[in-house]
Amino acid sequence: MPSINFIHPDNRSERIEATIGDSVMQVATAHGIDEIVAECGGNAMCATCHVYVDEGWLPRLAAMSEEENELLDGVAAERRPNSRLSCQIKLTPEFDGLVVRLPDRQI
Amino acid sequence: MTEIPSLDLDPFSIEFFDNPHPVHEVLREAGPVVRLAKWNIYGVARYAEVHAVLNDPIAFCSSRGVGLSDFAKEPPWRPQSIILEADPPEHTRTRAVLNRVLSPSVMKQLRSSFVAAAEARVDALLAKGSFDAIADLAEAYPLSVFPDALGLKPEGRENLLPYAGLVFNAFGPPNQLRQDAIARSAPHQAYVAEQCQRENLAPGGFGACIHAQADSGDITAAEAPLLVRSLLSAGLDTTVNGIGAAVYCLARFPDQWARLRNDPTLARNAFEEAVRFESPVQTFFRTTTRDVEIGGARIGEGEKILMFLAAANRDPRRWDNPDQYDITRRTSGHVGYGSGVHMCVGQLVARLEGESVLTALAKRVASIKITGPATRRFNNTLRGLESLPITIKAA
Repeated sequence: MPSINFIHPDNRSERIEATIGDSVMQVATAHGIDEIVAECGGNAMCATCHVYVDEGWLPRLAAMSEEENELLDGVAAERRPNSRLSCQIKLTPEFDGLVVRLPDRQI
Repeated sequence: MTEIPSLDLDPFSIEFFDNPHPVHEVLREAGPVVRLAKWNIYGVARYAEVHAVLNDPIAFCSSRGVGLSDFAKEPPWRPQSIILEADPPEHTRTRAVLNRVLSPSVMKQLRSSFVAAAEARVDALLAKGSFDAIADLAEAYPLSVFPDALGLKPEGRENLLPYAGLVFNAFGPPNQLRQDAIARSAPHQAYVAEQCQRENLAPGGFGACIHAQADSGDITAAEAPLLVRSLLSAGLDTTVNGIGAAVYCLARFPDQWARLRNDPTLARNAFEEAVRFESPVQTFFRTTTRDVEIGGARIGEGEKILMFLAAANRDPRRWDNPDQYDITRRTSGHVGYGSGVHMCVGQLVARLEGESVLTALAKRVASIKITGPATRRFNNTLRGLESLPITIKAA
């Protein structure tokens, strides 16, 4: 099983064992990562599951869709080059050790 | 194969609408899927099955209507919706258009005016002291922001709520509610058809944005008015009942009101929890496109499946203490806005309205007291109140 390192806004790190096939958003909400709100339940509508993906991992993610790109313009915290919606990151075995930073707000 | 239990109850009767919760429990406990003999349909009321049906739009289609009426067997009462009553891949294209029109970045632009309107409304109500929380707040607030955001003319807006009531009654069976609504519908339909036209929609509003997408070729000029109609159908009465539900909850549960007063940043979740708890949109139908299996039972092609969203939102298999209104609950995953590809396209507008109203109340109002009988408004799909007399005191 891949594990994901979530880094909270206060730099606290939390390592969570994830299930292959789940999205990073699903892993976060199932394990009580409160910074991920995910109001729309993974429909790529709401932009409340925003994360900053560690730069080293960024090139390995699937390219973002035009929809995701537009949604990221509406995120509550600052949009950065490594901003992604965690509902759009589906986990495969090679994501073991993925590091994502959590923004300080989603709304 | 599992046998499907058959139940005799009518989920579209006034007795049921008056107190649906015990019947929802009967429906959930009877099995993962039930037969409802009265209307010759199937029903799902548990969270897992409701969620599964919502998330398989190919086996459980919307294009044969999301009410009882099967468009393969009878013509729709109005021209079919090209988003609500459509399936992928056709639905994908029209949905993308409304997603853009109602996106998070659009909400950012609307936020300050929606917040200011909520504060002004609450200030005016504080000056009154005693009022009807439905007419003077749950209806008045959305009417003060949504038609303007859409870009509607000031004249004729009194048609909006009756038209929405009609649309949601028409999803039901041919009972008195549906027949009366359709019998009275001509002037409301004429108003709506007129307002969907480009020349009647102010620049910068949702309606004009939809028509602009016809210029870029994403939809045809003939499709644009039909997408505007979707916002006129589903954008107002839903939030009226959502805000009404939230105020009714906060007035009934003083401990939750105290928590909100203590931390107004809980407003958005307090609204969301009210949508779960009361489920303003109670039900929708799907139609099977092939033989399907639900909870180990086989159902044939061309059958209507009634999804009890409200029952799923209180299924103890999914929710801890489901009958408690808890504004700090993790509400993510509730089906009050549906789920999957058809999940409410206006959900961000609804949440912005709900959050704005509850934040204004939490910051400015010390107490809410119910001062008279709460009376119910009956509709085949929507759950909400007709009247809720309350008195509020300033903080």
